[in-house]
Amino acid sequence: MEAVPARARAYVACVAVAALLCLLPLPSVRTSWWELALLAALSAGCERAAARWRFAGTFHPVLLAGVFLLPPPAAALVALPGALLSPVERRPRGLRRLWRAAQLAVSVWAAARVHWAMGGRDAVVASDFPYALAPAGVAVLVLCLVLSMLDGGILVLAERMPARRAWHGLFLRSLGPVAVHGLAGLMMAVLWRSPYGPVAALLVLLPMYVSWWVFAQYHRERAAHQATIRALVQAVDIKDEYTRGHSERVGQASMMIARELGMDDDRTEVLRFAGILHDVGKLGVPTRLLRKDGPLTPEERRVIELHPEYGHEMVRGISFLGEARAAVLHHHERLDGSGYPYGLMGGQIPESARVVAVADAFDAMTSTRSYRRARPVGAALEELEKCAGSQFDPRMVTALARALARHGWHPAVTADETDGTGVPHPRPTVAGRHGVRR
Amino acid sequence: MSASRTSRRPPPLLALVHGCALLLALGALGCVLWTGLEERGTALAFGVLITVGELNRRSGPHVREAAPLGAAGALSYALLGENAGAPTHHGAAQVVTVVLAASLVGSVPHVGRGQGPTADQLARRVLTVGFAAVCFQPLYNQGTFTRWDGPAYALLLLALLSLTALCDAVLAAALAHSRTRWPFGPLLRDELRALLGIGSAVVATGAVMALAVAVAGLWALPVFSVPLLLTQLSVRRYAAVRSTYRQTIASLARATEIAGYTPAGHARRVAALSREVGRELGMSRPELTVLEYAALMHDIGQLSLVDPVPAGATAVLPLAEQRRIALLGGAVVRQTGVDAAVAVVVERQADPCREQPPAARIVRAVNAYEEKARDAGPGGPLTALEELRLGTAGDYAPEVVEALARVLSRDCLTSPVTG
Repeated sequence: MEAVPARARAYVACVAVAALLCLLPLPSVRTSWWELALLAALSAGCERAAARWRFAGTFHPVLLAGVFLLPPPAAALVALPGALLSPVERRPRGLRRLWRAAQLAVSVWAAARVHWAMGGRDAVVASDFPYALAPAGVAVLVLCLVLSMLDGGILVLAERMPARRAWHGLFLRSLGPVAVHGLAGLMMAVLWRSPYGPVAALLVLLPMYVSWWVFAQYHRERAAHQATIRALVQAVDIKDEYTRGHSERVGQASMMIARELGMDDDRTEVLRFAGILHDVGKLGVPTRLLRKDGPLTPEERRVIELHPEYGHEMVRGISFLGEARAAVLHHHERLDGSGYPYGLMGGQIPESARVVAVADAFDAMTSTRSYRRARPVGAALEELEKCAGSQFDPRMVTALARALARHGWHPAVTADETDGTGVPHPRPTVAGRHGVRR
Repeated sequence: MSASRTSRRPPPLLALVHGCALLLALGALGCVLWTGLEERGTALAFGVLITVGELNRRSGPHVREAAPLGAAGALSYALLGENAGAPTHHGAAQVVTVVLAASLVGSVPHVGRGQGPTADQLARRVLTVGFAAVCFQPLYNQGTFTRWDGPAYALLLLALLSLTALCDAVLAAALAHSRTRWPFGPLLRDELRALLGIGSAVVATGAVMALAVAVAGLWALPVFSVPLLLTQLSVRRYAAVRSTYRQTIASLARATEIAGYTPAGHARRVAALSREVGRELGMSRPELTVLEYAALMHDIGQLSLVDPVPAGATAVLPLAEQRRIALLGGAVVRQTGVDAAVAVVVERQADPCREQPPAARIVRAVNAYEEKARDAGPGGPLTALEELRLGTAGDYAPEVVEALARVLSRDCLTSPVTG
């Protein structure tokens, strides 16, 4: 854990002082203290539940209901217990807690101040729709704005991020969720002031909570799913230790090419999976053949060349892979029609397969195999350019060269290479990797 | 509940439920045609809300509440007593008519794609909304609830909605029971458990919408449907990732088949049959998922073998070798990120049955049955069952073998729909 820079500490202290200034008029504020206590307890409870279930972000509906119901200093106080008491995972814990509390107090105060000035409180009491939406909307905007400004500041000072990157998209990304929470908070505030009282207002939280819970489940399931995809690859690694890490690296190179070609995020992700899974069909090739040292007979070569079809057979049932399935089937086709399994030519070969073919060849050349040492990145690129047009799509080769020039080649060493699960991994991971980097 | 009586003769319950729903719908329609619509603006607003909810419906085998927004809108219209402080006058008949009309309109695009709501879903919707409206509207319009004001009124609505949700769960379980003849108890337990999740959100939203319209008028509908649409969206994404996850697990399971270690379709057949047996033994939905995943991946340990076991028949191998393969399989499964319970089941599939968890007993027995029965020709299943019964003393749990026999005899009589 690196130390927090002094200027970041000073920044946090300044925001904390600002928060104290916001809370200062509290003793003179006329408000109903039990309402304040109830909202603060609710907010703290939601924070704790969120931390236990590893949700990201803050449960804003309660805070926003406070903004719409209470005078500004009281609304700022609602945010404090939740932020101060909620567990923090990363060190330094005290500083992080203080930062969260001060940041929330200041932004909630600002939002409540604007809401108050626009007469939003009377609109809530009189449930004056649609006018009540206007001050609420402005308050949500202010909350988002102040939060993202303060967040950007800490990113610049503590993480030394460039200012433009720190603020870029911070506001727009937080606006959507906070606006939805704002609508729920407004409904909560209106019901709170209605004859039905806080009981009815609490009911608003239930659907929000369920939505949140489902969202967390979604993330958990997605992580598990990714692990399963990786397990598919590891099943290949069990049979053929020499390609260890090859799949992940081809995935990374395919992703770099896709980004360089300007494909959108979804397609880039699909191409990453295409790279990861391209050799999954090797599961169907007898282990003895894969591990054979020395030259293969034509018969044996034909058996190994069946692996794209085996691979396609395996993944064709996974619908989200989309065009990655075609890439698995066709990644050994060549532009001049001399590849396998179908001998497709030029444009007949799916784009995804042309991407993976280049990524596959690049990684094969830059990593050590049983029969030869790794080549440096520059030599591999030269070789690719030589074969562009006959074997590879020149567009993909150029894109790879540009991406490598811009970002370099830093193949990620996956954590699962050092697992302790008892599956036998007799041979060590690829040696001589340092020769690969430029 | 008439569940035990209906388990022998399924059609009467279905016919009864559908008939009741149809009668209720026709009666309500006739009533509305006779008296005309009260407060058309409110009816239209709720109709639009329900239609929007139905348009966002998603269907699939593992979806609990296909259209939560539609359901919540329908319930809140059934319990609507005031609109911006002024009492409403619509009766139960109007509620049923509006909800049914809006549901039908909203499902038109889905019918076009062949994924419309089933007769069961429509009947449930009509009956539950009818139940809530009949409980509430006549009493409200007579002024019985005037003494219930403030928070007590909110709690009254909540209690009514909870009662409705309970009835809906019983109805859903009974319908599923009479269609599939799976045991009623676990089905009801699954329905009740689902009430805690998306069901509670629907109930709370129904109550909140009824109260919010009473306070703030019809503006409350768009304001509060946005958060619920968000819920619907996360539920949908969750369902999507779950289904792709299943597909991936199934592909991983096929790895052994493509590698030539096991015959084609073996893992899928063992999984489908294990699921049926698990259901017969009264396992809950999460337990069934663990069982299914474990059954799909039970042979994955064979990937670590350099040479395949002849025909993939592990049940005839020496016990020590079976255990070694099971342990290797468990190690692979642990890397897949599935529930650790799945790995435990895979690891212990070759243990003596007294020490096994129930899911491992099922996988072991079903796997042995599948291997024995598959090449044995027409008389194979019976011979295989007989062998399992004889081997029951140490290897295969008697209750599992009996459940397997029941499932098999049922599937021979009815159509072989599994999975």
